[in-house]
Amino acid sequence: MIFEDEPVPGYPLPILPGHSSPGRLERVLRAGSFAVTAELAPPDSADPEDVYRRARVFDGYVDAINATDGSGANCHMSSLAVCALLTRAGYAPVMQISCRDKNRIAIQGDILGGAAMGVCNMLCLTGDGVQAGDHPQAKPVFDLDSTSLLGIARKLRDEHQFQSGRKVTFAPRVFLGAAENPNVPPLAHRALRLAKKIANGAQFVQTQYCYDLPVLKAFLQALEDAGLQDQVFMLVGVGPLRTAKAADWMRRNVPGIHVPDAIIARLAGAQDQTREGINLCVDLIQEIRELKGVHGVHVMAYRQEDTVPEIIERSGVLAGRVPWYPGRDQTPTADRTLP
Amino acid sequence: MYRVRLWSVRHARGLARFYTGFEALLVRLAPVFRAIGYQRLERPVAALERNVKGLLFDCQMCGQCVLSSTGMSCPMNCPKQLRNGPCGGVSAAGYCEVKPQMRCVWVQAFNGAEKIPGGLAAIQVVQAPVDRRQEGSSSWLRVVREKTGGSQ
Repeated sequence: MIFEDEPVPGYPLPILPGHSSPGRLERVLRAGSFAVTAELAPPDSADPEDVYRRARVFDGYVDAINATDGSGANCHMSSLAVCALLTRAGYAPVMQISCRDKNRIAIQGDILGGAAMGVCNMLCLTGDGVQAGDHPQAKPVFDLDSTSLLGIARKLRDEHQFQSGRKVTFAPRVFLGAAENPNVPPLAHRALRLAKKIANGAQFVQTQYCYDLPVLKAFLQALEDAGLQDQVFMLVGVGPLRTAKAADWMRRNVPGIHVPDAIIARLAGAQDQTREGINLCVDLIQEIRELKGVHGVHVMAYRQEDTVPEIIERSGVLAGRVPWYPGRDQTPTADRTLP
Repeated sequence: MYRVRLWSVRHARGLARFYTGFEALLVRLAPVFRAIGYQRLERPVAALERNVKGLLFDCQMCGQCVLSSTGMSCPMNCPKQLRNGPCGGVSAAGYCEVKPQMRCVWVQAFNGAEKIPGGLAAIQVVQAPVDRRQEGSSSWLRVVREKTGGSQ
């Protein structure tokens, strides 16, 4: 969709009544459109072009790009820096904030800094344990947890205060997100856990990969039963699996990933497994789209980012909509200068 | 001790009931505490608390005990010290991603909470970030001070 007040990159959109951010993702969701977000793997490099190259892959297919924060506890370019580069080009990033590496002093600074650079969406996460990554000898911080981080971010935004109570003169205007994994224990209480995050400020949710539809449906039902479905925008995590072997390895070795046997069997039975992984992802998205209480998908196509346009195109979820990307609107904006 | 900790969660109902009574007793003793002086009591009481709760819950002495809101499963035993619920890395069998030999303290917490009347409501209370200055201090004395309005 084209907003008539679409600015050139660098200008924030006006904040509509009832919105907390000037961002496109919030607008798309509140307008009732099915949203698409995708995960960008930050480069192991100091070259900004590496970021832009990875973002361009998604041009025209995603409403926002998640910049991961040391995902899997591995070292990469920081989430804040990736977001700063992305906003320079006008992209709408989701800045992921993990509690693993920074205490509350650093995190609150990053929230202000990110918002100052035009980041409109922040995803508050606990973070993977350091044992999972390439620096298991590092000190895990975990000064906050994801729920209390949400509270702190909301306090900054709504009460214009740090956790200490000290005032900020210009509050970060951000759309706050939380993560949830409907696939792992305590299954019966996952919705309750998310309720806490919603109570503490979560406005949208991006889930872990959901390959098990019955589990996802039970989770959504529990949310509905708790009266929470209208209180949060739910973006379900999806992604293509490369091969049956890789999927099996992933579910056995990556914490929190659940892939049902039937999915592995479908991949294993295909001649071209990678192609089948894409087909499977398209099918899943089409089924997920029909579920009540789902407002979008979050595509995590780690090392297969180039498959995202095809997956989204074939799933048809954008319904002809072309999310903004640099150069989408060929209106001459070159003569407009930044303030 | 890990096995005692698991036992405590299995007996969360009884322990929670005992704790409620114990807390009432402590609060009633407030005048005595005040006469002796909280400052003078801090070290011996903290030591006692460390030993008792250390044995029963593997207490980490965060100084702001939330056991009654976490099904008698101490959240500070979570390697990520999560105070508001489990992370997304719990294994299918309910074990920790960081310490694969250990039951997830939050899976345990929900098990315990189900046994305590009102436990599932208590676990829904959002816990504020830990005040790291309280580490090592007595939670018991702190509760008494707070409930009786006495500062020192």
